[in-house]
Amino acid sequence: MVDFFTNTNLGIVLVILGQCLLLLVPILVALAFLMYADRKVWAAVQIRKGPNVVGPFGLLQSFADFLKYIVKEIVVPAGADKAVFFLAPMIAFVLAVISWAVIPFNDGWVLADINVAILYIFAIGSLEVYGVIMGGWASNSKYPFLGSLRSAAQMISYEVSIGLIIVGIIISTNSMNFGDIVAAQSGAGFLSWYIIPHFPMFFLFFVSALAETNRPPFDLPEAESELVAGYQVEYSSTPFLLFMIGELMAVVLMCALVSLLFLGGWLSPIPGVSEWWILGDGPHWMVLKMVFCFFIFAMVKAITPRYRYDQLMRIGWKVFLPLSLAWVVIVAFLAKFEVLGGFWARWAIGA
Amino acid sequence: MTVFAFTFYLFAISTLIGGLFTVVSRNPVHSVLWLILAFLSSAGLFVMLGAEFVAMLLIIVYVGAVAVLFLFVVMMLDIDFAALKAEMTKYLPLALLIGVVIIMQLALALGVWGFADGVDGRLAAPSGDMDNTRALGLLIYDKYIMLFQLAGLILLVAMIGAIVLTLRHRVDVKRQNVMEQMSRDPAMAMELRDVKPGQGL
Repeated sequence: MVDFFTNTNLGIVLVILGQCLLLLVPILVALAFLMYADRKVWAAVQIRKGPNVVGPFGLLQSFADFLKYIVKEIVVPAGADKAVFFLAPMIAFVLAVISWAVIPFNDGWVLADINVAILYIFAIGSLEVYGVIMGGWASNSKYPFLGSLRSAAQMISYEVSIGLIIVGIIISTNSMNFGDIVAAQSGAGFLSWYIIPHFPMFFLFFVSALAETNRPPFDLPEAESELVAGYQVEYSSTPFLLFMIGELMAVVLMCALVSLLFLGGWLSPIPGVSEWWILGDGPHWMVLKMVFCFFIFAMVKAITPRYRYDQLMRIGWKVFLPLSLAWVVIVAFLAKFEVLGGFWARWAIGA
Repeated sequence: MTVFAFTFYLFAISTLIGGLFTVVSRNPVHSVLWLILAFLSSAGLFVMLGAEFVAMLLIIVYVGAVAVLFLFVVMMLDIDFAALKAEMTKYLPLALLIGVVIIMQLALALGVWGFADGVDGRLAAPSGDMDNTRALGLLIYDKYIMLFQLAGLILLVAMIGAIVLTLRHRVDVKRQNVMEQMSRDPAMAMELRDVKPGQGL
C-alpha cells in the first residue's frame, strides 16, 4: 500500500491530488467565514448589525450567498466575446488558487517547496491582472472597460514597489524560499521578525497590498459612484462568484505574505518558548497572524474614504517607488557591511 | 511515455498552437491572448530544463508587463482589423516565399550542426549545490558585470531619449500643483463676510 503511493506514477498523482484538496478545502471554507467576518467588522464600525439572519449570528450567510449565486441565471451581454467573457473569471479564480501551492503553514508543510517561491508568487500576481482586463474588454460595455483599464494600470504600478520591497527581504535572507525566510526570523521571538529591521517597508508593503488587491481605499476599478461596479458590471451568477472568490483569495494570500515576510510566519512571538506545546512554533500562529492581517484589511476598508485615481498613481510612482528603491540600496549596504552584527544580514548570525 | 516526455510534448504543442493562432486569429486581442499562451508554455519548457529562475522572469517580464502593454494598446486601437486581415491573401505569396527561404536556411544550418569537444559539460545545469538563481547572479553581476552595466546604460539612454522626444509642455491645460494644494488652509482659501439682510454680496 505504501509502495503504491510512493513508487507508482498513479499513486504519486493521487497523493498530490489529496494534498491539494487538503489545502484547498480548508481555505475555501475559511474564505466563507472571512467574508462574513469582513462584513461584520465593517458593520460594527458603522454601528450596524451586519449579517445576522442566516444561521446562528448569521454565520451561514456566506453559504447562503454561495447557493444564491450558483442558482441564478447567467446573463451574457449582446456583443460580448463569449470565449474571453467566460475565460476571464476562470483565470481570476484559478490564478488565485494556484498561488497557494508555495505558501507554507509550518516548517515543511507546503505543497511545492521550490527555490524561487517568492518569484512564483510574484509571477502569478502579475498574471492576475489578465482576469480583470479580459473581463472588462470582453463585456463590450463602457463601464467594465474603463474599470479594467484602471485596474490594469493600478495593479502594474503597485507590483513594482511590492517587488522592490521583496528584494530587500531576499537580500536580508539570502534565499527566495519561504522556509528559509521564516527560519531567518527565528531567535528572539517577535524581536527577530523582519517587521523591525524592515519596518518602513512593512507599512509600504501593506498599502501596496491594498492597492494590488483592489481593496478600499484603492478600489477604484469597482468604484460604484463612478463605474457602477467596474469590470464586473456585466457578470452575474457563477462567473461573478468566481471573480469575487478570486479577489478575496488574493486578499487572504496577501495576508499570508505579510505574515511570512514580516511577521515570522509560524514562529511564536514569545521569546524562548519555541518548543512549548501551544505557545511554541506551529501552524496556529501562522493562521492567527493571517486572521490579524485580515482584520486590519477589514478595518481599513471600514474607516478610509476612497482615493482619487490621480492621487493613487502619484503615490505609487512618486512616493512608493523611490522609497522602496532607496530601501533596496540601503539594505544592500547595511547587509553587506553587517551593521549591528547581522541585524539586516541574517545569514551572518547563522539564524 | 514518461511523465517528463508527456509534459514536454504538452508544453511544446501548446507553444506551437499559441504561436500559430497569434498569426492567424482574426481578432487582434485574441492574437495577444494566444501570444500569452505561447509565453506561458515556453516558461513551462524552461522549468523542465531546470531553469526555473529564467521561467519566472519570462512570466514576470513578458507576460506580466510587456503583454499587458500590448493588450492595452490593441484593445484601445480603433481600426477595422477584419479589413486589414482581408488583404492577407494579397501578400500570401510573398509571405510564403519568405517563410520557405527561412526554413531552407534553418535546414542548411541544422544540417551541418555539430558540437565541439567538451561542450556537453557546459550545456549541463550548474553543478553541485548551487541553484541556478545564484549561478545566474554570479555570471551577470560578477563575470560579465561590464557588459551588463553597458547594456543597462544603453537602455537608460534610450528611455530618456524617448521621453525627451515625446515630452510636450502644453500651456493650454490646467495642471495640478500638489504642494500648493496640500499647503492650502482655511485662512487662505476662505473669506468670511458679514452679509447684511436684504443686501447680498
